[in-house]
Amino acid sequence: MLEHHPDLTASVIYGLGWLYLLLFLMNCAWVWRSYHQDGEVKLFGQGVPVASIWALYAAMLGMISTAHLTGSNNPQMFLLRMPDAFKSAVDSLSGPVSFFSLSVGLFVAVILLREWIVKPTVGWVLLNASLIFLALSMTDYDFRQIVGKPDNVPIVAMLFICAYFTWLSFACAVENDKRKAAGKPLYSQEKNDKILVWPDLVYSELICMVLVTALLVAWGIVLQAPLEEPASSAKTPNPSKAPWYFLGLQEMLVYYDPWMAGVVLPSMILVGLMAIPYIDFNKLGNGYYTFNERKFAISTFLFGFLPLWVAMIVLGTFLRGPNWNFFGPYEYWDVHKLELLNNVNISEWFWYKVMNTKMPVAPAGSDQATQIGYILLREWLGLVITVAYLAVLPPLMAVTVFRKFFVRMGFLRFMVLSNLILFMASLPIKMVLRWSFNLKYIVAIPEWFFNI
Amino acid sequence: MLIIIGVCIWGALLSPFAMAWTALAGVTGIATLGTARFMFPNVLVEPPSKFKIGPASDYPLNAVSNKWKDQFGVWIVHTDQYEGKDLIYALSTVCTHLGCTPSWLDGEQKFKCPCHGSGFYITGVNFEGPAPRPLERVGLRIAEDGMLEVDKSMKFQEEMGQWVDATSFVDGSLA
Repeated sequence: MLEHHPDLTASVIYGLGWLYLLLFLMNCAWVWRSYHQDGEVKLFGQGVPVASIWALYAAMLGMISTAHLTGSNNPQMFLLRMPDAFKSAVDSLSGPVSFFSLSVGLFVAVILLREWIVKPTVGWVLLNASLIFLALSMTDYDFRQIVGKPDNVPIVAMLFICAYFTWLSFACAVENDKRKAAGKPLYSQEKNDKILVWPDLVYSELICMVLVTALLVAWGIVLQAPLEEPASSAKTPNPSKAPWYFLGLQEMLVYYDPWMAGVVLPSMILVGLMAIPYIDFNKLGNGYYTFNERKFAISTFLFGFLPLWVAMIVLGTFLRGPNWNFFGPYEYWDVHKLELLNNVNISEWFWYKVMNTKMPVAPAGSDQATQIGYILLREWLGLVITVAYLAVLPPLMAVTVFRKFFVRMGFLRFMVLSNLILFMASLPIKMVLRWSFNLKYIVAIPEWFFNI
Repeated sequence: MLIIIGVCIWGALLSPFAMAWTALAGVTGIATLGTARFMFPNVLVEPPSKFKIGPASDYPLNAVSNKWKDQFGVWIVHTDQYEGKDLIYALSTVCTHLGCTPSWLDGEQKFKCPCHGSGFYITGVNFEGPAPRPLERVGLRIAEDGMLEVDKSMKFQEEMGQWVDATSFVDGSLA
């Protein structure tokens, strides 16, 4: 890369022109739909078809697209870019805490506002807003370096696909919930949409197969897979990133010891997902979309999937830079960014800060039992907290918030459920503790490779 | 009578079925032995565990030498920051969190791991990120010819109290 800071090149503007053209065509189709489906709104005392507003918007997109496709000869003068004030505001506000709060907040908002979000117009506005945000952000050099990397393109696509299917499932669920509330039959029963496997399903699958293959071939030709220098045991790339689907695990490893984040918690995820059919006692919602009948199950699963897995992949891919530091979306990935994270263990905090003494250390040359005793004494607070978390909380939950669950599930199933939930909750809990108190480990016994 | 029994046993052993099993057992056994042979290669392309790294005067005070990192996976550190003593020691370049290779950042005076952000002081002691324990020292001594000699076959862990071991460092005033 010879140019030091090629902020906006002609090819970028040209590419954005195609994106705006696509948006324009999409919105032309939307105008047609709106003309047939949406009614009129009162504007200045007279009825105006909603479609005309969309048509204005589409025409604007068409002009923007034309400007991009024809006006790329002087990139430095091109005006339509993300405002710098917005970029610096986003960069200064972004951090792991705000990112995680935002993803949890979005998750809660999706659930609470589901009846509003699933309206086609709202969904369309959200899609347009996200695409325009993406297009404007691509005018920023640092954003383009990360998001436009051939490696990361599928993750952008995955985000849109993930959002679409979440939206679709909520749309179906809200529809069915309304029908149930009104005492009407389910959508699939009333609009008997049964089709035959042969030829309907098999033909559509064949067509999809051909289209996806064509897409993959075109993609493979257009975006080159990045080849890096030969691997060397002495040199780790900086930042060193796992495959994208493991970036959630890599983020987890920042807060936990390798055997916890690499072995115990992933095993719990796998076993826990397998256990769902056995601990699920709710017989409703079988074979059709619903939210109101399965509030707990759907919210818990989506919490584990959206903020704790997908959002962590986004965090790991786009916002973690050299030395695994956090970088804002428009921030330059500076290898020398200084971020001090002096972490302390609970035992260090307890003995140094609270007791104002040294850590208890076994006298030199003492036997095995004495050493074990000293280690346990050193870590007693963390051990008590851990045992209380896993042993005292489940019965407490059984008599309070999960009282009905406990009665319906029985002892064993409830214990499995509560422990799985506690293990899932341990990740956000540990993350918040790390960010707010610089807590490293609750129990830290490096002598036995036992750190929690 | 004995002859009849003997013939019967021979007959059983020579039946095609028994022969097939015998042959299979024989081939499998030899193949297993052949595979086990791979555990003992003729040539080991590993750097020697003991190597000379020049005189102590090559390593000025409060500096980290990256000279031997690529070849042997050690940093040579000369500092007086560990318990106030002037020491030269060799730190293994393996992060104690998950085994990536950290980088020495001279401006920030710390080792920083690119994988999960663990950080270590010049002393090797962990202070940020998830690494649960300090970097490991390897053996260092002054050889008979006055050169420093690293011995990677030995390792010394701080949390086990092994850094007091006299083979884990060299007196820095020799530099």
